[in-house]
Amino acid sequence: MLKYNTIRELTEAAESAGKKMSEVILADQAEDMGKTEKELMDKMASDLAVMREAAEDGSKKDVKSASGLTGGDAYKMKQANDDGKCVCGGIFSDAIAKALAISEFNASMGRIVASPTAGSCGIMPGVILAYQDANGTSDEDCVMSMFTAAGIGMTISKNATLAGAGGGCQAECGSASAMAAAALVELAGGTPAMSENAAAIAIKNVLGLVCDPVAGLVEIPCIKRNAGGAATALCAADMALAGIESKIPADEVIIAMKHVGDIMSPTLKETAEGGLAATPTGKAMFEEVFGTKK
Amino acid sequence: MNVFDIIGPVMIGPSSSHTAGAARIGRMARHLLGEPVVKAHVLLAGSFASTYRGHGTDRAIMAGIMNMKPDDKRIRNSLEIAREKGIDFAMEPGEIENCHPNTARISLVGETGKKLVMQASSVGGGNIMITEINGLRVDISGQYLTLVVVHKDVPGMIAIVTTAMAENGMNIFNFTLSRDKKGGTAVMTIEVDGEVGESINGIISKLPNVSSSTLIKPL
Repeated sequence: MLKYNTIRELTEAAESAGKKMSEVILADQAEDMGKTEKELMDKMASDLAVMREAAEDGSKKDVKSASGLTGGDAYKMKQANDDGKCVCGGIFSDAIAKALAISEFNASMGRIVASPTAGSCGIMPGVILAYQDANGTSDEDCVMSMFTAAGIGMTISKNATLAGAGGGCQAECGSASAMAAAALVELAGGTPAMSENAAAIAIKNVLGLVCDPVAGLVEIPCIKRNAGGAATALCAADMALAGIESKIPADEVIIAMKHVGDIMSPTLKETAEGGLAATPTGKAMFEEVFGTKK
Repeated sequence: MNVFDIIGPVMIGPSSSHTAGAARIGRMARHLLGEPVVKAHVLLAGSFASTYRGHGTDRAIMAGIMNMKPDDKRIRNSLEIAREKGIDFAMEPGEIENCHPNTARISLVGETGKKLVMQASSVGGGNIMITEINGLRVDISGQYLTLVVVHKDVPGMIAIVTTAMAENGMNIFNFTLSRDKKGGTAVMTIEVDGEVGESINGIISKLPNVSSSTLIKPL
């Protein structure tokens, strides 16, 4: 268990030691797990390799989900970005394409790394891999940034929840965005306090987001929300790197997220009874896949 | 909780409970049987029954029954692989009373004719709980080394079994016992620390009134 209970504690520990947030988390976890830092980095590097493979295999033309409802959108997104047809282009469109790819690959029974969940598995890897491709960043630096992401995720898990069933999509994709944003800030050379602000801004921007998967499957709207989560992370990281602070501290944002999740109707927490799942089209898709009425 | 509970596990999608947990359930059944499977019947209940097609739950369980791990790329084609291997299998959506929403009851026949019926639930995040083995209630998470001892319900059995375990250096940290009826068949589920060899099964199963001893390694 991480000995730091809040993001503030992580920031303070890093800043007082003159270290990156990732270094503090890595040292703590190596001690806690009784392993060397190198062993933990090697494991994280193998996870990064799985993420890279998922982004590549998920971008292929013939990707199709087990239900048949989704697939092929990452391919379209990548083509459009390669052809220069996007408004944003560059790392932004690439991160969206990669987030879609990994998430579609998950739905097609491909191999992914839950980060922090399978439903949100495209967000953090999507932005880290896009950053790496745009900047030629070393695998080692990417791996370190993943420890920062994991540390943010652990504090959220301690104080709120990471599960859509527990707190809605704000908790699942929102936490993934916060993790991704903090990692991006570190990759771009920002301070631990900037990572903290980035995490706060990311969650604030999706506060209240419901979990309403059509037919209960991790596909609609989850795949596009992974792309949205990547965009949220990039936006939050850029603001934080500009020196913009979250007026509400990250740890208070997380508690607010928990409270919002607690009062959120159960129909909007992964039960597929509300939101998009309850639309006529959503219900028709349920029937199409399972052959019975929802 | 550590960093790899947040970044991880590596798994075949789409769902940690309906796919990764399902694969672990299948693999647990295969390990409890202790030999390659020639015949399998899987009863899917609750959410497993209503959504297995979209989550690949059937493919994941069958992959586990063939001893594949939750991150094995062959999970996607496991039903075809099972057919090629000549495994006689059936997946049947149905109902099990008073069970967790994600539950499967797996009946296996091994290559030497050995049989097993195991009921287990996928309880979230890829974690599982085995709740029944051959009709007897158990509570096995599969996260720790676990010894399952089936025996006759007679006085002194706990002392006999745990003494033998102590003599072999085993430290118990969790113990449960259930029985079908007074004087009938009972089962001990004993979670232990550290490393223990399969040889303990031979020692425990030779004890009076013990019918079987199975060591379950974390999967």
